[in-house]
Formats: sequence, structure tokens, C-alpha cells
Amino acid sequence: MSRPRFAADIALAVIGFCFMAPLLWLLLAAVDPQAGYQTALPSAPSMENFGAVLTPELLYQPLANSFLLSAGTAAVNLVAAVLAAYPLSRYQSRFNKPFMYSVLFGTSLPVTAIMVPVYGLFVQLQLLDSMVATIFFMATTTLPMAIWMMKNFMDSVPLELEEAAWMDGASSMTALRAVVLPLMRHGLGVVFIFVFIQAWGNFFVPFILLLSTAKQPAAVSIFSFFGQHGAIAYGQLAAFSILYSVPVLLLYVLVSRSVGSSFALSGSVKG
Amino acid sequence: MTIRRYLRLLPVVPSVLLLLLFLLAPVVWSFYASFTNAALSGRAARDPQWVGLENYVRMFSDDSFPLAAWLTVVFVAASAVLGQNVLGLLIALLMTRSRRAVSSWVGTVVVAAWVLPEIVAAFAAYAYFNRDGTLNQMLAFFGGQGPDWLYTFPLVAIILANTWRGTAFSMLVYRAALADVPQDVSEAALMDGAQGWQRLAFITLPLIRSSIATNLMLITLQTLAVFTLIWVMTAGGPANASTTLPVLAYQEAFKFGDIGYGTAVASVLIVLGVVFGAVYVRLLREQKP
Repeated sequence: MSRPRFAADIALAVIGFCFMAPLLWLLLAAVDPQAGYQTALPSAPSMENFGAVLTPELLYQPLANSFLLSAGTAAVNLVAAVLAAYPLSRYQSRFNKPFMYSVLFGTSLPVTAIMVPVYGLFVQLQLLDSMVATIFFMATTTLPMAIWMMKNFMDSVPLELEEAAWMDGASSMTALRAVVLPLMRHGLGVVFIFVFIQAWGNFFVPFILLLSTAKQPAAVSIFSFFGQHGAIAYGQLAAFSILYSVPVLLLYVLVSRSVGSSFALSGSVKG
Repeated sequence: MTIRRYLRLLPVVPSVLLLLLFLLAPVVWSFYASFTNAALSGRAARDPQWVGLENYVRMFSDDSFPLAAWLTVVFVAASAVLGQNVLGLLIALLMTRSRRAVSSWVGTVVVAAWVLPEIVAAFAAYAYFNRDGTLNQMLAFFGGQGPDWLYTFPLVAIILANTWRGTAFSMLVYRAALADVPQDVSEAALMDGAQGWQRLAFITLPLIRSSIATNLMLITLQTLAVFTLIWVMTAGGPANASTTLPVLAYQEAFKFGDIGYGTAVASVLIVLGVVFGAVYVRLLREQKP
């Protein structure tokens, strides 16, 4: 029994090393002021690259924009998804099934395919370069997933608890706010973080819809390290990448600790 | 009474409005614009004319569209169906047999490539496949000499990069599926003298086939939409050698300013997405008891 186990260990370790190699460059280049795209132990490791990118224009403004976009997207999602999930979870209606299957279908629409028409729509409605409009669009692209997850979380809150509130004369919206939501705090947190992570990493949407540099999130501003004439500040690029990635890595760890790493799949695969 | 029943559905309205305005409307607009000569600038931008099937005729007579369609098929088949799917299953299977320390370390590394923001993963892959990058450094260490991947084999580079980035999803799906396979079934087969691969082919795989099907649909849809990775690594080049449909749609619409033609390409992509999405929804429906 120990020989196949050893073989499995070796095979897994080889795969692990292959997956780690591209990440290794990121970590080493960040602390190497002379970094190129070669992976090498820095001859004079320093935090110079981090120092160079820690400026308002390079780091703080883009990160603040990323935060604004992601938090806004997650907030819009949360409100819309909670409202939509409530009747779907609480009342039987002949609309429920078709609606949930349309929503499920919406989770699988390739978003890059609609970016050209969305750009056209934004031009027509004069919404280009608007943070708020971009937030609403980004929220819509993740909304189907959010509704699906939210309904599953809400289904696990027993209906009996609300009936007591209804007996006392509370309206359904009051019952939702006072009884249901506090009991699914955990689920709300998961959906919020899940949408936040998606929005934080989104490059294509703000790349197309936000024009002015002052509004661009880190995912787009990162291009400035490519510089003009192909000169690339590799070390700074790596340092910036790490600083930009840390928040979502932490959020992911937070969620996967509490729900298990399959959280991201709960909406899509389990159905 | 019926009015009250409709009133109960009122909270759904904000979601429905958002979905209609920002998902359905662009899809409808895409099909409409693909029959016009809409452009980014100039006269056709202000007053687009109906041109009928012109964009679609051009699409099939142009060299770039059939090439992009073919590259998309190869990209999806190689990096999603083969790469992510098979590698994800392999890792999940190996994890059931290997030491806990090894499997949790590998799991972390594989998931890290997936959780990183797409643009960061794309830069890492760009550096990795560069002429003097890590891959060629490793090949040199073993006495080989690697090509300039991004110029000579751009499609191979983006296929490998997308496999690296996306395998975590399949791995998580299959780990969950394998955990649900009852132990006694596979032990009974072991008693009957079934070899490892026989157990895999006749017991394990049939038991998780619904997970395989839904996973295949999802990663196909995700890979169909990949843009950032390709854009950063090769920008579709050299000479369209790695231009998939999303990249082509982007280039035609924004680089050449031809919104009409760009939306025609996007419309084809939407139709593909709708077909795969419909199959996916059907699969999930059948699974439900």
C-alpha cells in the first residue's frame, strides 16, 4: 500500500512544482531591483520596488478605485439579490422555476462576448467613463450567480420563524429584515466577498468602460508599468502585482476557511 | 387575491430590470448592430446604415474569422477539455492517495494560480514563457534550448497558461465529487480483484459522470470567454496566430473602429454561449430528482 502512495506523492509534487514556477518569478522579481523576466535569486534583495510603487498616483488611487468599484458592485448585488431571493424562496409561484432557470442560464453567458454591444449601449446612453454605470453593469454580470447562491442560503432559514413575526403583524419586508437576514449573516458575507473578489480581478470591463486615468482600477493601471517603447519595469510590476493581489487572497482564505473551498461552486455546480 | 400574489413578486423587479438593461439589451443590440455598418467614429458612427447580411458575408469570406473560429476551438479543446479537465481529475485522484501534507501544499499552489487576479496571472505567464523566461531557463538547465514561445508557438503558450490558471476549478469540482463516492463500492471492487485503472473506468468515472458533464460545460464557457490572458501574453499575434473570437471581436470593434463587424463576431460568440449554456441548464435539470 505504501508504494502507490509514494508514487502518488511524487507525481503530485511534480505537478505542484510546475504550478508554482510562474508564481516564483512574481515573488523573486518583487524583491529584486534588477529584475528581468528571468527567475533568479536576487543578488541584492531589497524592498526598493515596493518603495517605488508606494505613491498616490501609482498605488493608492488605483487601489481606491478598485475598492470603490468592487464594494459598490458587491453592495448592489447584495441588495438586488436579497430582494429577488426572498419571494423565490418564500412563495410558490409558477414563475419561480422558469425564473431560476433563466438566472442559471445567465450565470453561463460569456461576458466578453457582450463587451462590444455594451460599449455601444454605453455610448448611446452617454454612460461611458461613469463609475456608477460601470458598477451597475459589473453587478449585473455577477447578479445571476448572487441570486442563485442567495436563494440557497435563504432556503436554509426555516419558514416557521417568520410565521411568528407575521402573526405579530409584521410585513414580509419587516420579517425579511428582522428575522431572515440576521439568521443568514454568514451567507450574506459569503456572497459579498465572492462578488467583491470577482470585481476586484475584473480587467476587461473597466478597460472598456472607464476612460480617464483617475477612475481606472488597479487591474487597468497596472499597464503603466509596461512603459513606453517596450521598456518594462519588471520589479515594480511584480511588487505592484503582489500588493494588488493580497486583499483578494486574504478574502479568499477567509471565505474558504468558513465555508470550505468549494464555496465558489455552490452556486454553479450543485444547482 | 391575484393582485396580492403579483405584489409579492415586486422585490424581484430591481434584479429583473438590471438583467434586462445590462444583459438582455446588449445581446439584442448586438444582433441588431451586426446588420449595420456602425463605426466608432466618422459618419457611420452618427448615422449607422442597415447593411443586411454584409458583415456575415464578409466574416466567412475574410480569412481572419475562420482562423479565429478554428483557434478558439483548438484553444477550448486543448486548454479546457483536455488540460484543465484531465489534469484537474488527475490531481483530485492523486490527492485521495497521497500524504496529507503533499496534497494540501499542491492544492494551495493550484488554487493560488486561480485566485490571483487575472491580469496578474497573465503577467506571470508572460514572464514565464518569455524568450529568456523561467520555462526556457529550466529547459536550459536540462541541456535543452527552448524556442521563443510567444512568437513561435503563441497558441501553445496560451493553452498551457490557461490550463495553469484554470485547473483549480476542475480540481475542486472533482475533489468534491470523489468525496461523495461511497468507499464500500470501490472496496468491493478491490475485493473482486479489479485493477486500479479498471476501478477508475468502470466504477469511479461512471459514478461522477454528472460532475464531469457539468464541469465540462462550465469550463468550456469560461474558456470561450478568455480575453485578458491572451491580450497580455500575445495580443492575438503574431499575425493573428493567437487571435481567438473574443480578441477578434475586440480588435475589429475598437482597434479598427468597425462596430458592425465586431458585433457580428460577438454575436457568433453569444450564440455559442447560448448553445453551451442551454445544454448546461438541461444537464442540471436532469440531475435534479
